[in-house]
Amino acid sequence: MILIGERINGMFNDIKEAIKNKDPEPIKQHAIKQEESGAGYLDVNTGPTVDKENQPAVMEWLIQVAQEVSKLPCCIDTTNLNAIEAGLKVHKGKALINSTTADQAKMDIFLPLAAKYEAGIIGLTMNERGVPKTSADRIALAMELVVNCDMQGIPTDDLFLDPLILPCNVAQEHAPEVLETLQQIKTLSDPAPKSTIGLSNVSQSCVNRNLINRTYLIMAIASGLDSAIVDVYDSSLVEEVAATKILKNEDIYCDSFVKTYIQS
Amino acid sequence: MAVNIAKEKWTSKVSEMVIGTEPNAVKVGGEATLPFLHFEGEIPNRPAMALEVNDMEPTDWPETVTKPFKGVLSDPVAWAKKNVEYGADLIALNLVSADPENKDASGEECAETAKAVAEAVDVPLIILGCGVEEKDSEIIPAVGEALSGQNHLLGLATENNYKRLAATAMVHGHNVIASSPLDINLAKQLNILITEMNLGADKIAIDPLVGALGYGLEYAYSIMERSRLGALMGDKMLSQPIISFVGPEAWKAKESKSPIDENPAWGELEKRAILWEVSTAVAFAQGGSSLFVLRHPESVKQLKTHFEKLMVSNKY
Repeated sequence: MILIGERINGMFNDIKEAIKNKDPEPIKQHAIKQEESGAGYLDVNTGPTVDKENQPAVMEWLIQVAQEVSKLPCCIDTTNLNAIEAGLKVHKGKALINSTTADQAKMDIFLPLAAKYEAGIIGLTMNERGVPKTSADRIALAMELVVNCDMQGIPTDDLFLDPLILPCNVAQEHAPEVLETLQQIKTLSDPAPKSTIGLSNVSQSCVNRNLINRTYLIMAIASGLDSAIVDVYDSSLVEEVAATKILKNEDIYCDSFVKTYIQS
Repeated sequence: MAVNIAKEKWTSKVSEMVIGTEPNAVKVGGEATLPFLHFEGEIPNRPAMALEVNDMEPTDWPETVTKPFKGVLSDPVAWAKKNVEYGADLIALNLVSADPENKDASGEECAETAKAVAEAVDVPLIILGCGVEEKDSEIIPAVGEALSGQNHLLGLATENNYKRLAATAMVHGHNVIASSPLDINLAKQLNILITEMNLGADKIAIDPLVGALGYGLEYAYSIMERSRLGALMGDKMLSQPIISFVGPEAWKAKESKSPIDENPAWGELEKRAILWEVSTAVAFAQGGSSLFVLRHPESVKQLKTHFEKLMVSNKY
């Protein structure tokens, strides 16, 4: 189970300010702290306030600053093609592109980029018609993504399918459909694609957000989830994930199992 | 249509341990796949073999295994030299005299013996206490200090005495054997505790506690297999090379001692006894063990031939 730390994102005020003032310190602090908290990837997002023209330069800067202090690879989180490529050019290790949809036009642009830089890529199970409601429709789009990756020569296990969880207060019926999709993703090919979700979305504008996030994460892991974009500062969440590694017989038990998971 | 041969892709490997110093260092571990599957990953080092030396003449060794050491059994230095002649890659020095029920030898006395042995042979040493945890945590630090910087392998560090042994290994530049009683969870935990003292993860060898063929071999085998799989899948706290104390176990077995007239169907004693030691080691090599402590020189000879054949690449 790979945790993608969500914190280096311009939608958070400290990062927004850091980008505005070209101050690398907050970026570095979050890179280090997220790595220490159990993250396996750092999500990097310029946020909504950076102009389209400036996004490539800002993305490049954020990745360089983060990787200066952390050995973690980054999840390059933007829909701006130029910003993705700018990030990939300076990235050390195997990057993860976040993301493409199953729109043919989008796949034709983003997948060759993943192939060129040997990066992983997150594929959203949605297209120009939006997010499907049922698991079956999500899986149909997931298959489109698998086939297109294969055609571009991207190994299937470099594809992280995101079945798109929606806030449970407005789209409650999606939660079980996403779980069903996670199970079926593993049947699409051999080796199977990986899966991911943007966890915090499930509790958008709800009360008890951490409770909902953690509970849904455990349910999703039980359904086969491989990774998630999460708040790794929620130490209960990270500890619970460490326990799932033991209970799924993926990590060998030892008394320090929480610590070893965080450090691994 | 071309046939696509499925090969396992492992993400990690066993750590490589260096014992001794150049040019006489012995390397063990470093495997990037399951035992001897050269076609799937690198197997850089042949399993290494140590022959035992006791610092007191052994009283409970069967004659079959004392015979090759006639005349040297009460002289650890001469015995160690003999072992090198017999082809041992390392010497496993058992400081049994430290046992309060034997001579209750002090740390200084043990250090002197160890020093004399180390000076007499070029091969690196595995230096073991008397097995009394409390006493070992006194003598091993003294020995480690006397041989400072020589990068030997010290043991046995257990849940109860690992602190002093690990500290000695750190300060005086040695490796340490982490020993746990047939329990993979404890083995992992002990490695964590030792690395938390800042001894490098590549300075630890795992002793899972083995049994001889017919005496619980399969329990140790499955622990080895499981920890190797863990190592290959990225579990850093189970990625250490595994040491098997085959000699002490195999020569305790009834099959290594019972004369032919007692069990005519079992065949000639000497051949059978050596075979018992060899077969036990062969099984553990397939389980993932890469360092063997043995007793009989003929076992070393036979196993060397066997391991060398297994090291011939089967890449395709």
